[in-house]
Amino acid sequence: MSFTEEPRSGAVPESGSAPESGSGRKRSRRPGWFLPYGMILPAAVLELSIHIIPMLLGIYISFTSLTQLTIRRWTTAPFVWFDNFVRGLDPGSALGNALFESLIRTIVYTVLVVGLSWALGMAAAVALNTKFRGRGVLRTLFLVPYALPVYVAAILWAFMFNQRDGMVNRVLVQDLGLLDERPFWLIGENAFWVLVIVSVWRLWPFAFLMLLAALQSIPADVYEAAAIDGASTWKRFTNITLPMIRPANLVVLLVMGLWTFNEFNIPYLLFGDTSPESARLISPLIYEHSFVNWNFGLGAAMSVMLLVVLIVASAMYVRMVLPKGSGND
Amino acid sequence: MKISARAVLSASTALGLVAALTACGPDEGSEGDTLTYWASNQGASVEEDLEVLQPALDRFTEETGIEVELEVVPWSELYNRVLTAVSSGNSPDVLNIGNTWAASLQETGAFVPFEGAELEAVGGEERFVTSSFATGGAEGQPPTSVPLYGLSYALFYNPTMFEEAGIEEPPATWEEFVDTANELTRDTDDDGEIDQYGFGLEGGNERQNSHMAFILGRQQGGHLWAEQGPTFSSDEQVAAVKQWVDLMATEDVVDPSSAEFSDGTQAISDFVDERSAMIIVQGSARTTMAARDFDDYEIAEVPVLDPLPGEPVQSIAAGINISVFNDTDDQEGALQLVEHLTSPEEQVYLSQEFQTLPVATESYDNEDLQDESMDTFQRILSEHSEPMPLIPEEGQMETVLGAAIGGIFADIATGSEITEADIRQAMEDAEAEMDAAN
Repeated sequence: MSFTEEPRSGAVPESGSAPESGSGRKRSRRPGWFLPYGMILPAAVLELSIHIIPMLLGIYISFTSLTQLTIRRWTTAPFVWFDNFVRGLDPGSALGNALFESLIRTIVYTVLVVGLSWALGMAAAVALNTKFRGRGVLRTLFLVPYALPVYVAAILWAFMFNQRDGMVNRVLVQDLGLLDERPFWLIGENAFWVLVIVSVWRLWPFAFLMLLAALQSIPADVYEAAAIDGASTWKRFTNITLPMIRPANLVVLLVMGLWTFNEFNIPYLLFGDTSPESARLISPLIYEHSFVNWNFGLGAAMSVMLLVVLIVASAMYVRMVLPKGSGND
Repeated sequence: MKISARAVLSASTALGLVAALTACGPDEGSEGDTLTYWASNQGASVEEDLEVLQPALDRFTEETGIEVELEVVPWSELYNRVLTAVSSGNSPDVLNIGNTWAASLQETGAFVPFEGAELEAVGGEERFVTSSFATGGAEGQPPTSVPLYGLSYALFYNPTMFEEAGIEEPPATWEEFVDTANELTRDTDDDGEIDQYGFGLEGGNERQNSHMAFILGRQQGGHLWAEQGPTFSSDEQVAAVKQWVDLMATEDVVDPSSAEFSDGTQAISDFVDERSAMIIVQGSARTTMAARDFDDYEIAEVPVLDPLPGEPVQSIAAGINISVFNDTDDQEGALQLVEHLTSPEEQVYLSQEFQTLPVATESYDNEDLQDESMDTFQRILSEHSEPMPLIPEEGQMETVLGAAIGGIFADIATGSEITEADIRQAMEDAEAEMDAAN
């Protein structure tokens, strides 16, 4: 890290130091040399205490048998080496089986949510990139799901999907007569689709916002030239829009993918402590082991596995897909 | 290398910042003549609990000169808070715990064991209702908690609906109960849809599911736990779960919508809204009913199998216990507070306010507590209740078993045919989950 280098006078921001009469002998003791360190120290301390130390502790805990019974002296919880990982990853055991099922379900969920959110966000961004009356109002409206606190939104969705009195069944069964009987949404197989619907509703405005910003950076004359050459709207979209916003697209997909893969709030708020089998994602499963069953060692081991999966997937994505040279800054 | 005064100042500031960030704050334990007490939320709200408890604590201060700093902790947070206190050492002096947690928390070694002088200081074993005292910790070990509020399940029924259906008595046997529930399941407005069910339950409520599996399992002659581990898939336990889920699956006396219910209030709400005629819930449900000005109910014993292959168990010995943290600076004062709150006089006051059962046997002689429903609850608690298995894995067992039964209810509600083999498979899966996680 550059912060460990020998401090030089040039390291001090110009605005942060008083003008000095240039005397070489005081080079390493220049008054105010500690200022940059002092300024980054609070951030460094916070970063350490909020991210780095808890993460390292989590890795340590994954090698211990830390449960509610050993939590009083948690530093001396029995060290069990890779036992938690072996138990968690054994596909023959109930635990490993549940983990792998969750993992596959989470991957399918991530692909669906990111794909649908991107498609919706892109369609809306393209539509709202041209000038028309009411564009500002629509832009604001589209951002409402993203602006609403997720807790409020997910609880409202849970009310709407309630089988007996929820609005969704009222519309489908009583008002439109599309179905004869009120289906269950929050239990059984439909729970997975509810999770997808609520997650897409929540996430697509982010894609819309980012892609709209990217679209606005494309010069209008490129489209004009293509139009003069007789390119259709679809051709203009595939041959101009998509290639020109590719860097933004790739970053948006990566960020949305990571967020969605780790999604915890929405399933927790929709289904409570224990999600229905059909909708059990990996983060709620880890929560269940750690804070419902109080097996912190096992929960931490699963978290570490999740971390490794995400790091590998992200590294491959960055290496294979992101434009080379974009990581310099 | 020379170190300037400013560098020292800067370093000390940084160290101060680190200390401030990493410090766990001052010990919340007692200082001088002040005790800290974490109470569980018993009433309709935290504010209501504060109002009820403060006079009881004021009387304690008057008697002993010891001040008590009270915090009422909502149920959803209590276990987390207790474990955090156990791990950090920043604990209150005295705290309430759910009595089914007693064995788990005992294993942490964080609480004062009640034996010898400590037990005498809180009134001795003879002070307490036997079934409640038995919940204080694992069998064969000195308890680390003593009962504070007693609770038991009972059958609540709506006498008006009974009268309309021409039913005179609440059911005493399981067969009578199912027949009664069938008679009370009706389409009252002739629109072709059932709008009044004979019985109400919460299919997704893990605690209720596991408690009923225990109660009905004991009636069938089974146990949830043996020396070698969980026995959810024994013939008796499978029969018990089938008995419970058949109320929705084959008897159709339960609203299938209740497969979604899970928060502990929805079945009570349906009962208050006269959507169901009977529910089996703990006595504390009366505070929820009172909050909605509902009093059209009567209380009876929980129906029992006839013939009875097992034990006439109608309830778990439910309730709240009270413990003293080992880290307290004033153990004597803390024990005095436990003694005060469990004394026959305070128990009369607290049980009237919280609609719980006194845990001190002497309190039952008090005239203010003489009424029919109190007699019923007392009889169930003292004669027909057993503690849930007193094992460290109890909390996890309730979750895993309760969720497995919730899954069966979900399958039934969404149209699946459930056989005994399916129930056995679900119970075996739950056992495997318990084994794998421990």
